[in-house]
Amino acid sequence: MSNSTIVLPIIFQFVAGTILLFFWRKISVQKVLSILFSTLGLGISVWLFLLVWEHGILVTQSGDWKAPFGISFVADIFGVTMVLLSSIAGLAVSIFSAGSMRRERLEFGFFPILHLLIMGLQGAFLTGDIFNLYVWFEVVIISSFVLLTLGGKKQQLEGALKYVSLNLLASSLFLIGIGFIYGLTGSLNMADVAIKLDSLQNRGLVSVTSGIFLVAFGIKSAIFPMYFWLPASYHTPPPAVSAIFAGLLTKLGIYAMLRTFTLMFGGDEFMGDIMVILAALTILSGGLGALLKQNMGKIFGYLIVCHIGFLIAGLGMYTELAIMGTVFYLIHDIIVKTNLFMVSGLILKINGTQDIRQLGGMYKNYPLLSLLMAIPLFSLVGIPPLSGFWAKIFLIQAGLDTKEYVLIGFIVLGSFLTLWVIARLWGEVFWKNSTDLPKKADGLYFPQMSKIDQWLMVFPIVLLSGISLYIGFGAENIILLSQRISLELMDPSGYIEAVLGLKTINP
Amino acid sequence: MEILLIIIIGLLHAGGLYMLLRRSMFKMIIGLILLGNGANLLIFLLGRLVKGNPPVIEDGMKVFSDIYADPVPQALVLTAIVIGFGLQSFAIILIKRVYKVLNTDDLDELNSTDEEI
Repeated sequence: MSNSTIVLPIIFQFVAGTILLFFWRKISVQKVLSILFSTLGLGISVWLFLLVWEHGILVTQSGDWKAPFGISFVADIFGVTMVLLSSIAGLAVSIFSAGSMRRERLEFGFFPILHLLIMGLQGAFLTGDIFNLYVWFEVVIISSFVLLTLGGKKQQLEGALKYVSLNLLASSLFLIGIGFIYGLTGSLNMADVAIKLDSLQNRGLVSVTSGIFLVAFGIKSAIFPMYFWLPASYHTPPPAVSAIFAGLLTKLGIYAMLRTFTLMFGGDEFMGDIMVILAALTILSGGLGALLKQNMGKIFGYLIVCHIGFLIAGLGMYTELAIMGTVFYLIHDIIVKTNLFMVSGLILKINGTQDIRQLGGMYKNYPLLSLLMAIPLFSLVGIPPLSGFWAKIFLIQAGLDTKEYVLIGFIVLGSFLTLWVIARLWGEVFWKNSTDLPKKADGLYFPQMSKIDQWLMVFPIVLLSGISLYIGFGAENIILLSQRISLELMDPSGYIEAVLGLKTINP
Repeated sequence: MEILLIIIIGLLHAGGLYMLLRRSMFKMIIGLILLGNGANLLIFLLGRLVKGNPPVIEDGMKVFSDIYADPVPQALVLTAIVIGFGLQSFAIILIKRVYKVLNTDDLDELNSTDEEI
């Protein structure tokens, strides 16, 4: 079905970013406008989600060029779910940064860039063209570079150098992969490429191309041998920025992988085996890394890597149940990881440090806030019936079906390591007796902040914790959603028909 | 012509990778630029080289009757060059700032974010 309004989220975020640019250096106006725009953007995403839920896949061809020739925008249920999640994370971060970020950081265009970042993400989730996906990737990374370096502290610059150089390398590889795709099929439209790759005789070249894509997206989503930039850079910017990075940037790589490896390189067994091995190693190295570190930002950085492993595992097993588990985990992970970094930001604001050896006494001093922070932490571990639990059940079930017993072992080990890390964190930060921390003279701590700022910091955590609880307790709805997504991903003929406007693909 | 381009692409990639593996920050960015250019030439080559046949349909015809140069790879390369230019200029400014703040060009000394626990 053709419907040109599906690009509305992208255009809206672009307009929002542009309007915010006109209020350069007027921070208080920007704060109000950004929260307003994010709320409206969330509304648009919900509307688009409901539209697609009701009518199925919606397609628009830019410039009215017919499908394989122009750039297609496709809103399938997977894409709009991601758009919805990115809007939720964007709203939470916009509110949180309005409360927590220092003025000198906000002055140089934080809010406009935040909206442009969300625009890039939503563009990537809605496009149906592989080169257009590359362009949205670049929009996302250039915005993330600016957000990462804003403020220009020594640590930030160092982390940013690693982040920037590896992302540039990944982009080059992605471009090379696109070149191969174009050389093999003469098309860039993902649906059209899918048909043409299917009928190609030279399977070796297809495998090589998919390998290049695996490396390119693997760097972006931080899977095993390519994850080192993540723990080196994610803890350096302010927690509000880390929150949006943790929630959405690595997941963009996972989205691209899910899209290309189901639609274009569907069911390549060799790649599946490689992914299963990489997933196991990613889980192990992320979990062990998190166990070693003492800085909360770094611990959470390694936990991101660990849980990327779960997502890759589902894709590697490549059954309907496994993809369903991956999608469920993706939904849960975006919300929880965004929330985790905001929690670490709140703890930083209260105590002035993120070193868990020095922290302590949170539960005694702030019992209600601690209970609130317990929700994302325990959801992450997956204590039933919280949200992480359900996804792991499906992944393990899928592992039993495909007889990947070693992988199941690693998934269980990964959950156990996460539990250990969170238990250690809980003991050190919340239960241990508090120590007298040296206070920075120029620092503004949580108790001295105005009531409005305090609420601006707490409210997004409440919001995302509420959504986490809903994912856990209302799991049947999320299961329904991820089941539908996995059905559409595993059988892309509906997607291809909708994009190319064909009636039948295979007689 | 193809063989010449293939050799150039190979050289660009080899040189780019070599430069990336050096310890100097400045050489690293040169390596990234070389790799980007290699990728652009690769797209250009994979779009098939055709000489002297513009993608214009002749008068009185409805479709292409002869072989024609594909305009899509050129559009792709142009887009990729523009994007690459933006990213590379950002990276160069970043490297200048890092050099000013940390006062070193040696990548081996940029490990404070990794080493501390």
